[in-house]
Amino acid sequence: MIEVLTLFLFNIVIYSIPLLYATCGEIIVEKSGSLNLGVEGTMAVGAVFGFLAGCRADSLPVALLVSFAASALVGAIFCIFTISLQANQNVTGLTITTIGVAVYFFVGNGLGANWPVYRDCTRLVAGVSDLNIPLLSKIPVIGKAFFSHNILVYLAVIIAVLVWVYFEKTSFGLRLRAIGENPGAADSLGVNIVLYKYLHIMAGSGIMGIGGLYMGLNMGGTFEGSNCWINGYGWIAIALVIFANWSTMHAILGTFVFGFFNTLRIYNMPLATTFPKTMGWLSSVPAQVFSALPFIVTLLVLVISSIKSRKSGRSNAPTAIGVNYYREDR
Amino acid sequence: MAATDYAIEFRDISKSFGSVAANKNINLNLKKGEILALLGENGSGKTTLMNMLSGIYTPDSGSIFVDGKKVVISSPDDAGKLGIGMVHQHFKLIEKFTAADNIWIGKKGSGLVLKKDRYKQIEQIASKFGFELDPYKVVANMSVSEKQTLEIIKVLCYGAKVIILDEPTAVLTVQETKKLFDVCRKMKESGHSIIIITHKLNEVMEISDRVAVLRKGEYIDTVESATTSELKLTELMVGRKVDLKIERAVMEKTKPLLEVRDLSVNSDEGSLAVDNMSFYIRGGEILGVAGIAGSGQKELCEAITGLRKVNSGKIVHKGVNLVGKSAKKISAAGIAMSFIPEDRLGMGLAPSLSVSDNIILKDYSDTKGIFVDRKKAKQEATDIVKMLEIATPSIETPVRRLSGGNVQKVLLGREIKANPNVLITAYPVRGLDINSSYMIYNILNEQKKKGVGILFIGEDLDVMLALCDKIMVMCHGKLQGVVHADRTTKEQIGLMMTGAISLAEVGGKKAGIAKDSAFTEEEWEEATDMSEGSNET
Repeated sequence: MIEVLTLFLFNIVIYSIPLLYATCGEIIVEKSGSLNLGVEGTMAVGAVFGFLAGCRADSLPVALLVSFAASALVGAIFCIFTISLQANQNVTGLTITTIGVAVYFFVGNGLGANWPVYRDCTRLVAGVSDLNIPLLSKIPVIGKAFFSHNILVYLAVIIAVLVWVYFEKTSFGLRLRAIGENPGAADSLGVNIVLYKYLHIMAGSGIMGIGGLYMGLNMGGTFEGSNCWINGYGWIAIALVIFANWSTMHAILGTFVFGFFNTLRIYNMPLATTFPKTMGWLSSVPAQVFSALPFIVTLLVLVISSIKSRKSGRSNAPTAIGVNYYREDR
Repeated sequence: MAATDYAIEFRDISKSFGSVAANKNINLNLKKGEILALLGENGSGKTTLMNMLSGIYTPDSGSIFVDGKKVVISSPDDAGKLGIGMVHQHFKLIEKFTAADNIWIGKKGSGLVLKKDRYKQIEQIASKFGFELDPYKVVANMSVSEKQTLEIIKVLCYGAKVIILDEPTAVLTVQETKKLFDVCRKMKESGHSIIIITHKLNEVMEISDRVAVLRKGEYIDTVESATTSELKLTELMVGRKVDLKIERAVMEKTKPLLEVRDLSVNSDEGSLAVDNMSFYIRGGEILGVAGIAGSGQKELCEAITGLRKVNSGKIVHKGVNLVGKSAKKISAAGIAMSFIPEDRLGMGLAPSLSVSDNIILKDYSDTKGIFVDRKKAKQEATDIVKMLEIATPSIETPVRRLSGGNVQKVLLGREIKANPNVLITAYPVRGLDINSSYMIYNILNEQKKKGVGILFIGEDLDVMLALCDKIMVMCHGKLQGVVHADRTTKEQIGLMMTGAISLAEVGGKKAGIAKDSAFTEEEWEEATDMSEGSNET
């Protein structure tokens, strides 16, 4: 009984973490005043390149570095189009999603399976072992569920906290927020808008890439099947940014909620059989409902939070989001 | 390097936006430690010129000298380094940030960590310049005057020696203006040079040492404030009267078609845009509305046509109060509006739709069933194209591909098509060449001959004097008076526009009240109750 509960919580964490990476990455991007709808594609590119490079070198650090770099490059493409060439952000983002997922299938499904190194990838996946945090992991139920994960899980939480500190407590974070609020004001005070936007959008995209890599590792690194590893998580992340009200600290909690619904999809049967009295009804719900739940919840969350923020007028949304800045605009 | 008396010198500066020349060979200088007023009508290129000094725009040709040295200012950062700071008309502040943070953004070498003592530091700098500032106050909670003060502190903080204020008094009350001028004098005493952009003559006389005048993108003259007069400045600003050969038909007067009494309307920002205005239009007359741009013209148009909420007052059309009625009902009553905004395509037309689609755009609810009556649309479009001589390859051409004059004719044509009895037209010749303008004037004159009452909101005083029967002047949403076009002068209107003289009340009689009103005074009183009743529906 206790094991099922622990496993359930353990899995919630596993499903939350890629969303946390992606949400943190997108929050950084949006704080700079850009709306990047290419999260899905950015994650896919980081996942496939990071994974293959990691297999080749049989090293997690290499996988991390390459996935970060590959996705940062995708972020750079977004910057070139929207900042340097003043293209529409929505169109560019959607294109990045389309192309990014296509690159994933081409490299992963098309080439990856035929590469000799690919066969060795089990070692990389197995190598990413769980770390037991001393003392904390000994706590019953919770210890095993929250403090016995691989390094990427802890890294995600550390990044979320660091990003929050960066925005709230550093001068660079202040200037970046200023750009997202009113680029004209930041510009008139000599803040290098182009440089700031490029660097932060690239960093944010890189973090999304690590989220993609994590999903690949979780899937055991198989490219088979017609589903992309990312499987719509990029879109959920964009919604989560709004849910988290542009705070990476809130995002930790927000992603956990979504992780819960995702885990329910898989664990509804075990839960129903283990706790027949209280959760037995779960077994009578069709499986498709559970598959659809995360997306239905996303929809509800978006509607509710946008109504709420309009009523209270206290949205943290960057004021200048989605608008390209051009100094000589009249 | 020879010492120079000038802080800033412009030499032969030109700047164009597309085909429009905003500045033509401007030569202007600013002495050290003086307050220079930059005077000119809207569109005379004042802000463009100053934006080149502050690095927002780069000049097409010509050069700028700072302290006698030729400089290239390619960004606001460059301007800051040269000691030039600008307080923009639209504040460049971040609403969500505190006062201190708004200044702190631009601080060089402020380190990685955002320390709490930045609030103290900013407060100290502000007090050094003689300002009291609550560094913790969030901009969104500040009054307009506080925001402006913060902007001024901001430019002073970054070592500005030359401070440009772009229409600083436009948003201030009289008391706040007085305070601002005290600040300006204090800054002047401490060795700063100041350029104030304005078109309020009384303020120019009060605060400035010298006045530089621009007109239609050209530099006219610089005069000493002490030896000039408001009349002289108006003349420089608006130019001598040009005789335009525009026909003005004399029509028989009818009773007032549209009467507006004590109308007050808010702007988008929530301030009073139209302040207690009364006026009336008769059938067969063109009533011109003169005023500096942003004096409430747009809000007035929108209030009459039902697009904007009316705070108080009455709009009576043929004996019916229109306040509280929907835009559709008002339009059905025969009131049509064509408004040409600054970007000319922004209002009233869908640029990507064809000429014929645009012409039937307003009829959507008149057709029966769910389908559009293409045949009728084509017929109407062809008629209008023929009647107004619109130059278009076909009636299926998207409006955005037509030239400006033809676009404006399409808009006007659509409004005329509905056979209005009151036509409101704002800036109908904006951006048009002489020939296209005359076409528009002819169209308006024909409407007038048909007995339509026309409210003509214009920019060019020469045109208004020639075309309109009467001209009412607005200044900051207030009626300055209504004058007969053939019995007034350009200078008089200019002075009224800038608020220097007011004919709103002559000999105890309020302007803009018709003697032969459709209502008696008692009925006007009753109309108040009526409007309240109709507001509910």
